[in-house]
Amino acid sequence: MDVWSSLLDGFATAATPANLLYALVGVLLGTAVGVLPGLGPAMTVALLLPVTFALEPASAFIMFAGIYYGGMYGGSTTSILLNTPGESSSVVTAIEGHKMAKAGRAAQALATAAIGSFIAGTIGTVLLVVFAPVVVKFAVSLGNPSYFAIMVLSLLAVTAVLGTSRLRGFCALGLGLTVGLVGADPVTGQQRLTFGLPLLVDGIDIVVVAVAIFAVGEALWVAAHLRRTAAHVIPVGQPWMGREDWKRSWWPWLRGTAYGFPFGALPAGGAEIPTFLSYVTEKRLSKRPEEFGHGAIEGVAGPEAANNASAAGTLVPMLSLGLPTNATAAVMLAAFTQYGIQPGPLLFDREPQLVWALIASLFIGNLLLLLINLPLAPAWAKLLQIPRPYLYAGIVFFATLGAYSVNLQAFDLGILLVLGLLGFLMRRYGLPILPLILGVILGPRLEKQLRTSLQLSDGHVSGLFTEPVAIVVYVIVAVVLLWPLARRLVRRTPAAGVGAVEEREKVEAR
Amino acid sequence: MSTAIGSRDRRSRLAGRSELGVALLLGVVGVVVLVDAARIHAPYSQADPVGPRTVPFVVAGLLLVCSVGLAVNVLRGGHGEAEEGEDVDLTAPTEWRVVLPLVGAFLANVLLIDLLGWVISGALLFWGSSWALGSRHPVRDAVISLALSLATFYGFYLGLGIMLPAGVLEGVL
Repeated sequence: MDVWSSLLDGFATAATPANLLYALVGVLLGTAVGVLPGLGPAMTVALLLPVTFALEPASAFIMFAGIYYGGMYGGSTTSILLNTPGESSSVVTAIEGHKMAKAGRAAQALATAAIGSFIAGTIGTVLLVVFAPVVVKFAVSLGNPSYFAIMVLSLLAVTAVLGTSRLRGFCALGLGLTVGLVGADPVTGQQRLTFGLPLLVDGIDIVVVAVAIFAVGEALWVAAHLRRTAAHVIPVGQPWMGREDWKRSWWPWLRGTAYGFPFGALPAGGAEIPTFLSYVTEKRLSKRPEEFGHGAIEGVAGPEAANNASAAGTLVPMLSLGLPTNATAAVMLAAFTQYGIQPGPLLFDREPQLVWALIASLFIGNLLLLLINLPLAPAWAKLLQIPRPYLYAGIVFFATLGAYSVNLQAFDLGILLVLGLLGFLMRRYGLPILPLILGVILGPRLEKQLRTSLQLSDGHVSGLFTEPVAIVVYVIVAVVLLWPLARRLVRRTPAAGVGAVEEREKVEAR
Repeated sequence: MSTAIGSRDRRSRLAGRSELGVALLLGVVGVVVLVDAARIHAPYSQADPVGPRTVPFVVAGLLLVCSVGLAVNVLRGGHGEAEEGEDVDLTAPTEWRVVLPLVGAFLANVLLIDLLGWVISGALLFWGSSWALGSRHPVRDAVISLALSLATFYGFYLGLGIMLPAGVLEGVL
């Protein structure tokens, strides 16, 4: 079927009054948690997973889509008005955005962020519509060995490229893979890491893991270092932009989109690199470089567009390959599994209605965000003044409720606490969260692909290298792993060897 | 700004030693995974040449290598960067007087939820957590706590068909 007619069908599903309501709830919730400190879209989707089991999958994903885009949008409000960005992707926005707000131009900063997000999100979603089916067409021809290789690549890329310390990334990955191992082995039924506890035989529910690491871990971590003095929120009225602001924002929006989308679609692209690249580019191209550092509107417009375009790009590998590349996508992928839907290239064939409704709702959610959030900006700013004890007590309360309601077992709450303490430890000692979550989600799927591949080859390891795509991917894996080493060898004497690795890790960790 | 960074550096160097505990944790988890995998008896089968032990062995290996690597890294003066956030003030030391009561409130709920039911234990959880986090309005907090736990109890029952435990209030609610 034609892509565009499928999309129209998607709109038909997404535009029913009930689903529009879910989209509205999604964008409102998403923006609220994006604005609120300590809460992010990944945590929100995780907390909502148990609640949405009663819904149709399509309605649930329409809501998740709203939360996803809304969360990206809300983060910019916080960084402009408060200058303490919660997500690493809005760090760059804070540089110029907060300066603008201090100079009395908060309304313009919020407006360029909102309109830029809308434009980038819409263009990004159009690109998603164009590219996802192409990737699917390519992906359905791949066999198990290629999938195994691609999953290895995405795990290693996220672990080795993102974050400040590769070593600590691998530590987190190892812990995540371990959590993924718990339970009965799907092939032989042998129990692994269950310690004779019958409640562990089914494995640890991914909802419990996500809620523990994102919500409980975060609440404990913030509790340990809660800011005692209330942060100063800059008051703001209705966002608006003058003719001059529009003129200065247009190109940064488009250039930011061009940076954001491809990086989002890459296994370890994320939003940090494109937002930073966009900032640097705008600074260089600006006719008024002296304004940068004192509140240049281009420095808000570009990075915010890059941020939202990368959010759209992330959905390409998630929907077409079943590969998550950021935390929210990982949790949404877990949601697919909870509904008994197999993520991967067959998704478009088996669940076309769901996929296209989800994509259509991205367009709808984007428009809703623009229409709702421009007038609501002052209300969101008020949200920043919620008393912190209630905010974090609320996170603990709803985390407990969410994890408990999955199986109604107090035992799950024990696991929630243990993994929550692990989340605390990871934040304290700089172990990145994303490799752990990907390890939990992709680990079991990776093992399945490995075992199927080698079963087909009668146990010969060569069975992993039977497909050209797999070999190409392994070459990329080798480059990703060896790149820092190679760079170091060029820079230093080869004799420095392992010592140099540690040396650089030290420098990087600092 | 420079003073904040300076004091953080000094504190982290002092705290650097405690990061060895993370290496130890990784090592212990690695050994547990290794022992657990070695315990599995799985005869070789044509249908599953990899078997249930291979992947755990690989994971255990990864954990042990990371454990040693992290220990070496920490001893050479490396340390992980603590996560920042809107409400996080890294210049202040860890407030155990907040964290421990918070964990206590959580633990109390785990132990009491099946006994007392969600309405009471959930309210205690919110009340205890907000007290631990520094709220000093016990009466207002109690009203909010009860309202939240009652609202979620009935919301889950009526909206989602999930019956949270009523506990001692069985028959009353």
